[in-house]
Amino acid sequence: MVEILFYIFAAVALGGAIGVVFQRNPVGSLLFMVATLASLAGIFVLFEAHFLAAIQIIVYAGAIMVLFLFVIMLLNLGHDYRKDLKMGLGMILAFAVTGGIAGILVRQLGGAGTSAVEQALPGPEAMDQLIQEQGIIGSIARPLFTDYVVAFELTGLLLLVALVGAIAIAKRRV
Amino acid sequence: MLAEALILSAILFVIGMLGVLVRRNVIIMFLCIELMLNAVNLSFVALSRFIGIEGQIYVFFVMTVAAAEAAVGLAIIISIFRHYETVDVNNFNLLKW
Amino acid sequence: MISLGFISAGSIQAGGAGGFDPLLPGLILLLPLLGFALNGALALVSGRRSADRVRNSIPEEDHTAGSVPLTHSLPTWIGPGVLLGAFVLTAINFVRLLGVELTEPVIRSYWSWMPTGTLSVDAAIQLDQLSMIMMMVITGVGFLIHVFSVGYMKEDPGYPRYFAYLNLFVFFMLVLVAGANFPVMFVGWEGVGLCSYLLIGFWFQDREKADAGKKAFIVNRVGDFGLLMAMFLLFATFGTLDYGAIFAAAPDTLLYGGGIVTAITLFLLLGAVGKSAQIPLYVWLPDAMAGPTPVSALIHAATMVTAGVYLVARASVLFALAPVSAAAVATIGALTALFAATIALKQYDIKKVLAYSTVSQLGFMFMGVGVGAYAAGVFHLMTHAFFKALLFLGAGAVIHSMHHALHSTHKDWDAQDMRNMGGLRRFMPITWITMWAATLAIAGIWPFAGFFSKDEIIWYVGTAGAFSGLYVVLWGIALAAAVLTAFYMTRMMIMTFHGPNRTGEPESRHLHEAPLNMTIPLGILAVLSVFGGWINVPGSVRESFFGGFGVLPMSDWLDRWLAPVTQSADAVRASQLGAYADVAPVGGGHVVWGAIATVMALVVVIVTARYFLSQPIQPAHEDGEPDRGIGKVLYNKWYVDELYDAIIVRPLIGVSRWCWRVIDRVLIDGTVNAVGSVSKGVGWFGSLFQTGQVNTYAFILALSALAVLGAFIF
Repeated sequence: MVEILFYIFAAVALGGAIGVVFQRNPVGSLLFMVATLASLAGIFVLFEAHFLAAIQIIVYAGAIMVLFLFVIMLLNLGHDYRKDLKMGLGMILAFAVTGGIAGILVRQLGGAGTSAVEQALPGPEAMDQLIQEQGIIGSIARPLFTDYVVAFELTGLLLLVALVGAIAIAKRRV
Repeated sequence: MLAEALILSAILFVIGMLGVLVRRNVIIMFLCIELMLNAVNLSFVALSRFIGIEGQIYVFFVMTVAAAEAAVGLAIIISIFRHYETVDVNNFNLLKW
Repeated sequence: MISLGFISAGSIQAGGAGGFDPLLPGLILLLPLLGFALNGALALVSGRRSADRVRNSIPEEDHTAGSVPLTHSLPTWIGPGVLLGAFVLTAINFVRLLGVELTEPVIRSYWSWMPTGTLSVDAAIQLDQLSMIMMMVITGVGFLIHVFSVGYMKEDPGYPRYFAYLNLFVFFMLVLVAGANFPVMFVGWEGVGLCSYLLIGFWFQDREKADAGKKAFIVNRVGDFGLLMAMFLLFATFGTLDYGAIFAAAPDTLLYGGGIVTAITLFLLLGAVGKSAQIPLYVWLPDAMAGPTPVSALIHAATMVTAGVYLVARASVLFALAPVSAAAVATIGALTALFAATIALKQYDIKKVLAYSTVSQLGFMFMGVGVGAYAAGVFHLMTHAFFKALLFLGAGAVIHSMHHALHSTHKDWDAQDMRNMGGLRRFMPITWITMWAATLAIAGIWPFAGFFSKDEIIWYVGTAGAFSGLYVVLWGIALAAAVLTAFYMTRMMIMTFHGPNRTGEPESRHLHEAPLNMTIPLGILAVLSVFGGWINVPGSVRESFFGGFGVLPMSDWLDRWLAPVTQSADAVRASQLGAYADVAPVGGGHVVWGAIATVMALVVVIVTARYFLSQPIQPAHEDGEPDRGIGKVLYNKWYVDELYDAIIVRPLIGVSRWCWRVIDRVLIDGTVNAVGSVSKGVGWFGSLFQTGQVNTYAFILALSALAVLGAFIF
């Protein structure tokens, strides 16, 4: 069951990703992106990362994508996308390079599924036990507020800086 | 399932990269960068299932950075658009001396 | 805490202090430095605005008005004040030293300055008879000149800066004479050179004066090279640079008349020649008169230029071991004495006369230390400090007065040209009398100070004829120079103070005697010029008329006083050369030659005075007919400046120009430009990849990522 769901989600995610790249209309691209994000959230659930799946939907698909959509609408980009995505030397080169990278990555990562590698890792049992003991939220929250608390606080600062920066840059007259 | 997830992550990443290379619409390029970030998140989550909870924590931080990046990046795009009246990167050639 | 320790303690190194416990010796040096710091701060504070305010709003006659800003009233007290403090301290120590038999110098070591490998140099000062007497002269005469400066420089906008430099000079001069090793002495040596440069070019707005400062500085570098070389050789030979260690080891280590000691002393001599303005490096001193006159008195007459004499006296052992160098010292001194005296004969600028006179008198001192009469050389150094400082200060008073007189009617005359003076004795009686005292002293007339010191030098040069025939020649030269001295000094006095007044009627009403703070130093120095020689009445003339039939006190006092410093040198000379002769080369004892010298000087003074009084002198601007023949040559200073210009300066400029054109522009610039062109070409090639298009950059990034990944795998 899990395997099947995984392949379904994976297929949707791949299809969405290809749609993002090859859909000329930006709004269409954006909708494909939402599909990809949603299916990735599904995969997260399959990997027992329920909290992240929720955040993925709420923050990514909900907030960030809406922000992109806002900008597209704001800039009124619905009509001059015909020139985008022209075949040419650049496109061929891009396919060649990314194809090469993909080939290398797939070839290398294919070996990670072998039983030898998986047995070397602690395995899903340890995670299952952790989640059982502390709950899904607790297992993330505990290290986040103890070992990584400084980084966590800094992300707050980072968001503040980004907020101020975005306003300062986008505002017409400062 | 780990190997499959990692391969999916790699392919998503490369597709994102391809998008950055072939698209000329700045917003879509930006979107492709988000796609690459998500691909990385996927590998983090997949590995955290087998190694430990830290992977999920990193995903958390990556999301925060992505949100910040999206805010600032879109602000820059608005600012650029205001100047050039376009989002076609071929018209931006100021990145040289 | 540290500075407190510096003043009070220091560690006593030398044994045999003989009960001499110096009182705060570090403070003697620190006080002028403190004065420099305070006055320097005030000089920085006193901006151009306040200077202008002083110059414009304070009437010339009313310097004591309460409206003088602090930056100009404080240096009046700080400048001479620190000198007075230093002088009092020195005098206390001097009196303490009088009471003890000090055979070894007292050394105060404050901190380890250069503890490097085999060389260890301490920041140490050395108190012995020689350094103490030098410090007495420096602080004493220095104090009087500081007081004089208050009157002389009061109206100058750079007043605090002037005192800052002057205090700094005294500090470095004290370091020079008090240093216990060559490097510390060298610090003072360079420091006084710096201050000399700063003060010669004090009025640096005037191109000519700034150039004179540079000339002094550059010519002195030649001498400093010699001093440095001597220090390197000393270190290579002895492995130390401390006076005590070197001079103690020298008689046993060095071969008498050997190559090393001769080289060392010749290099030392080069340094001394540069600093003391001897042939061939004397050319800077006459130009140094561009500085304020009290500076000429302090630096270029009384103290700094005598550093060379001090150096030879300090290194007396080395010179005693190197007879060739000693003879070179005496020969250079004699030639300089005569040569400068001839130039002084035809100079019209009152300060130039005194400058060449100083060069000439320094030549006498060199003669003295050259023939081994170190005490006589130091004795003449001391008396010369008195009467030459007095002459310069008197000249300063004259120039001051002349300047005001000429300024009152805006007359465009040279205030320093003696042809424009004449008859000043009616207007400036105190200056007139005191300067006559100094003139008689420098002319060598009994019982003035110069008689005893100069006569002693001439006597020793003559009696050194027992060692070598060279000294007989030098003796003749010295006598001739002494006669010329009497001549040009009398000429100067007559042209300045006697005969009819040539300034012009309206101007002469503004001639005036200098204020009290200028005349009092003149008076004190006049007293010293008259009686200063009595501290060292030669024993051989003590019972004669010249010793007042035994009445004059302190026979041979200075000789005995300096004996501990020069005893090893005297021992070397006595064992290698024997004793001085009892009679002059052509016969006659000391008394006879003393009589001959003083009568000769007296006759010259009287004859010269009569001659110039009978001679009508035209003011400088009316002087239509130039000198001819030898007079013209002398007026133009034997064309030495022109000669140096032709054989040194111009070739140097030519070579420099060639270097600039070929080496600099073609070779160096060419290489640099070639490197630049290559970089530019490479950069141009690289810039082809810089399109400004984000896509291109992203593509290159991806390609690089592929390359890196490929490198990991294959």
